[in-house]
Amino acid sequence: MFALRRLATNAIISNTRAAHALPELPYAYEALEPIVSRDIMSLHHTKHHQTYVTNLNAAEEKLKTALSKGDISTVVSLEPALRFNGGGHLNHSIFWKNLSPESTQPSEPLKKAIESSFGSIEQLKDQLSASSIGVQGSGWGWLGYCPKSGCLKIATCANQDPLQATTGLIPLLGIDVWEHAYYLQYKNVRADYVKAIFEVVNWKDVSERFEKAKC
Amino acid sequence: MRRFPRELLVVKPFFRYRCMHTLPDLPYDYDALEPVISSEIMKIHHAKHHKAYVDNLNKAEEGLQKALSEKDVSSQIAFHNALKFNGGGHLNHSIFWNNLAPKSRGGGYLNNGQLKTQIEKQFSSFAKFKEVFSSQAVAIKGSGWAWLGYDTRTKNLALATCQNQDPLLATVGLIPLLGVDVWEHAYYLQYKNERPKYVDAIWEIVNWKNVEESYQKAVEFSN
Repeated sequence: MFALRRLATNAIISNTRAAHALPELPYAYEALEPIVSRDIMSLHHTKHHQTYVTNLNAAEEKLKTALSKGDISTVVSLEPALRFNGGGHLNHSIFWKNLSPESTQPSEPLKKAIESSFGSIEQLKDQLSASSIGVQGSGWGWLGYCPKSGCLKIATCANQDPLQATTGLIPLLGIDVWEHAYYLQYKNVRADYVKAIFEVVNWKDVSERFEKAKC
Repeated sequence: MRRFPRELLVVKPFFRYRCMHTLPDLPYDYDALEPVISSEIMKIHHAKHHKAYVDNLNKAEEGLQKALSEKDVSSQIAFHNALKFNGGGHLNHSIFWNNLAPKSRGGGYLNNGQLKTQIEKQFSSFAKFKEVFSSQAVAIKGSGWAWLGYDTRTKNLALATCQNQDPLLATVGLIPLLGVDVWEHAYYLQYKNERPKYVDAIWEIVNWKNVEESYQKAVEFSN
């Protein structure tokens, strides 16, 4: 029985894909100015996100080793590193696409869903803003899709906890409220940053995620 | 019931009967800790971040007083989050400003004495202590604080980290002696993403005189 399990584990390990890589931004570092400065975008992408990718790869290597040895204790102890760095990679990969220098609008189906869940797009913005601003410490504000109810919901996650694994909601739009996401430009005034970021939300991307989530 | 020494744990409200907390003055000018911490950071950190904790703590305490007087248990519990965050923020920063001093006023220098002896006894050397403390501070995920504290049960020094503004004594049971704030607002304008450089540099301005005083009071209390 143990031999079979070992074989299965080895099969999984050998079929796992190559290391994670830092995705390219869909636009130049200065493209979101004046809303988010080039300095912030450059640091945020090449330093912060890159670090999550690097550390995620390292954690996954350790995880593979622990799995191959049947070392449950190490597997369990790796959870915080996987959650933090894996979450960081997932969240930022969504975030870069959630933003765009182009002017965009929500699709009709997304608009209807927003109106049904929040009353209007303005009310969604108000509620998502308030939740994002109210995050204590580091974290994210999210607009997510609840597959059970078919409704849109707002949620917040601490640190880099990924939305779906933490709450079950499918992420549509995230607002990074870690201080590194805004401090160089907005200093302590998180509210100004959150208000401004709606001007660069890529509603086309949010609408596409909504369509996929409904399937 | 034994009570911990007030001066170590409590920020004294300004008025005797109306419990209103106020922002303490810094014991030095905003530019006094340069080049380790810029005056821009010190000013925003003190006048904006710490001030916000004070203001929001006062609001939360007012709400709590009202809920207590109305015997509204649900609201009392609901206020806990704001009390922990803002109360912790006020406690932590009040300790932090005193934990730091410019080099011209002894910052960075630990005299021979009880504290140095105890550090060397427990960590084998002061360098080793700094190394362990620093690595814990750098490793905090998200926002939080790294602490050197005193354990009254074991009568030993202990290192700990807390998330967000969770206050050390209430969370872990240690008396706070020295805290290092690793929220990004504490260093980002100057050090950007390089938290290890900030943590490395801050040792140059630790006010060991203040840390030693807190240590002696903690030892006295537990004897």
